[in-house]
Amino acid sequence: MSAMNVLTLFLFNIVVYNIPLLYGTVGEIITEKTGSLNLGVEGTMAVGAIFGYLAGCYTNSLLVGLLVSFLAAGACGLLFAVLTVSLQANQNVTGLTITTFGTGLYFFVGKGLGSDWPGMQGSSALVNGFAPLEIPVLSRIPVVGKVLFSQNVLVYLGIVIAVAAWFYLSRTRVGLRVRAIGENPAAADSVGVNLLLYKYVHLVLGAGIMGLGGFYMALNMGGSFEGSNCWINGYGWIAIALVIFANWNTVYAILGTLVFGFFNTLQIYSGSLANAFPGPLGWLSAIPSQLYQALPFIITAIVLVASSVRSKKLGGQPAALGLNYFREDR
Amino acid sequence: MAERYAVEMKGICKRFGSVVANNQVNLTVKRGEILALLGENGSGKTTLMNMLSGIYKPDSGTISVDGTPVVINSPEDAKRLGIGMVHQHFKLVDTFSAADNIWLGVEKAGMLLKKDRYANIEEMTRRFGFDIDPRKLVCNMSVSEKQTLEIVKVLYYGAKLIILDEPTAVLTVQETEKLFAVLRRMRAEGHSIIIITHKLNEVLELSDRVAILRKGEYITTVDTATTDEQQLTEWMVGHKVTLNIDRPVVEKTRPLLELRDLTIRSDEGAVAIDQVSFYIRGGEILGVAGIAGCGQKELCEAIAGLRPIEGGKMIHKGENIVGLSPQAIIEKGIAMSFIPEDRLGMGLAPSMSITDNMILKNYKQGKGFFVDRQSGRTAAQQVIEDLGIVTPSTETPVRRLSGGNVQKVLLGREIKAGPNVIVTAYPVRGLDINSSYAIYEILNQQKRAGVGVLFVGEDLDVMMALCDKILVLCHGKVMGVVHANKTSKEELGLMMTGALDLTHKYEDKPAGIARDTLIAEEEEQ
Repeated sequence: MSAMNVLTLFLFNIVVYNIPLLYGTVGEIITEKTGSLNLGVEGTMAVGAIFGYLAGCYTNSLLVGLLVSFLAAGACGLLFAVLTVSLQANQNVTGLTITTFGTGLYFFVGKGLGSDWPGMQGSSALVNGFAPLEIPVLSRIPVVGKVLFSQNVLVYLGIVIAVAAWFYLSRTRVGLRVRAIGENPAAADSVGVNLLLYKYVHLVLGAGIMGLGGFYMALNMGGSFEGSNCWINGYGWIAIALVIFANWNTVYAILGTLVFGFFNTLQIYSGSLANAFPGPLGWLSAIPSQLYQALPFIITAIVLVASSVRSKKLGGQPAALGLNYFREDR
Repeated sequence: MAERYAVEMKGICKRFGSVVANNQVNLTVKRGEILALLGENGSGKTTLMNMLSGIYKPDSGTISVDGTPVVINSPEDAKRLGIGMVHQHFKLVDTFSAADNIWLGVEKAGMLLKKDRYANIEEMTRRFGFDIDPRKLVCNMSVSEKQTLEIVKVLYYGAKLIILDEPTAVLTVQETEKLFAVLRRMRAEGHSIIIITHKLNEVLELSDRVAILRKGEYITTVDTATTDEQQLTEWMVGHKVTLNIDRPVVEKTRPLLELRDLTIRSDEGAVAIDQVSFYIRGGEILGVAGIAGCGQKELCEAIAGLRPIEGGKMIHKGENIVGLSPQAIIEKGIAMSFIPEDRLGMGLAPSMSITDNMILKNYKQGKGFFVDRQSGRTAAQQVIEDLGIVTPSTETPVRRLSGGNVQKVLLGREIKAGPNVIVTAYPVRGLDINSSYAIYEILNQQKRAGVGVLFVGEDLDVMMALCDKILVLCHGKVMGVVHANKTSKEELGLMMTGALDLTHKYEDKPAGIARDTLIAEEEEQ
């Protein structure tokens, strides 16, 4: 493989491997903008992944897979809404419960199927649906064409969702109300915004989008179920950190995904990059692999420290994040 | 035919657990009148109004709007019925512009946020006769601007009845005047207004009728023209009260706390206190007057050791205390009680009990590893008894107490430590007459005991009656120190705006420097 090809493949895979983070981050941003801190991203993505994948395989349809992953994860969001909005349960504990529950359900279903587990090769729709979609003309540009314009359809969907979510939150009146609820629920309530409805809808919507990310991971893993590791593998937690990195802006979340994805993918490509560019990048192979594995998490920690230094006043963090609202509270 | 009222409340009851907040309350408002709702802290005024604005639901009783019985289940219902409330704690989104705060609740405004909403709202506010920049963010607004925005907001939603919950508690004299002009204009336009307050002079100045509540019970409604301060007070508190503030004469000691050429910066880095000198003797109350935000907060924080000092000296009994930690300053016997605008923000932990808040200050005196709750409880019990704090128990979270009682807890705890200097800022902020007088009496007791009191206040009448001397600040500079019994409101007013500088009234001695200073002469060089 030529050196240029290695670089292209590296850049290509930064996108391919890490788009689930974008789904998770966008879903969590929508959730947090209503003032709810849902720490159940990991579990919600796991539920979306396994049910979406199985439904997609059994019906041999990408669309059904997407829909079911959205609905299954949305059900987790609904559960979160019932517990924290209607029953006023603590949001942190509820979120952690959903993570435990979701990953548990994932293994329960997967192991329960045992040898009946459907392989992805059996479903042409999933295989084809995940294959690169080459955009005419643009995909023929060297390097850029491969990296940006011949990705699978779910990559484009993720970016479309991120941009649409940005428009929705910042440029529509419904989005204005969502943000108001996250900033000061009492203010929104006092002018007649239906808090219950808005909270439920957006908690389900946010969780559903996380579920799409889970479905993506299932396909990216080739649908092979291993009893030891969950497909989501910590991406849900990283998504929560990326929300802060993106300053609660879904468009910045795209950037955050790429920055984070760069380090995440470096772990796999350090060897081949060092071989392809022995001069400038030869030092990459001298770094022990354990450090690469730790790198994404070190970066996460650095990002969190750096973001906490940022001015709070006009930052994107909703002021009422994590606080339950009860109208008659004094 | 009976008179049709804009709003009529009949036999309203509301209880929270075992506490009866409103019992058989009746209230009527006519169209085009200003009704003052008067009552002490905790008499159920806000609760009653919250039932009109849809925050609470009454347990029993009926509400009629324009003669039609209605049920108000949510703020949305209230809005539809033309009832708007300006809450004491503003319900605004800090990070939004003025326009977006209004746009939030507009029913028919389309899907998208368009730029023309700014022009739309600007035109509306101008039609109502207000001056608000629709693009200005709420977090950059002054208290009075926020209040104006709240009023514009309820007008925009078409409110015919406007309820204001203690609107003047956080306003300066000039801002209050402006607000009253606005309210009078709205009355002339046919709006009904209910204003909750416990400032009697405002009631008499502004309202057409007064309704009085006491401990959740409805007392009476009278025409303002037929009543006076004394009578209103009696209805409000249930017995005769003397409306004179005592100023005991106490022998003064040498200066306890002396500040010389003190300079302090604000959070934004601007000079908040500029070369200020003054001193407090034992047995005197020194008032600090000034327009809001003239460095009072920074000054208090600096004395308590919470804010670094840029330059100058701070001498306590001849000892330098610049740069000491808050703990060390407390140990020297300097106590501070600061009541911020939101009244709970500083000094107390709202969700902790009275006992825990007592322990918060003196836990260092305890021995051993565990918290000594018993002594904390005893201290809490004593403060409750000494100051007459109304609370179910020592274990009640402080935020559940009414405003006056919270402030008594704070002041009581500071006094308990036996300080020799007390810095108190706005101790009667938002308090009713009874509680205010109780606080004045507490301060006078301390003065008799030989404590030096620094009293940062806002009500000039009170300061002239209570304080021995008054220091006037204007933009962080001292405008002079005057004897409270030799000055006038006009003189103080001129000094507060910077039009009159009395720092060199006496040629031999600039204001704020004691003749018998404890700051050694050689240090002066």
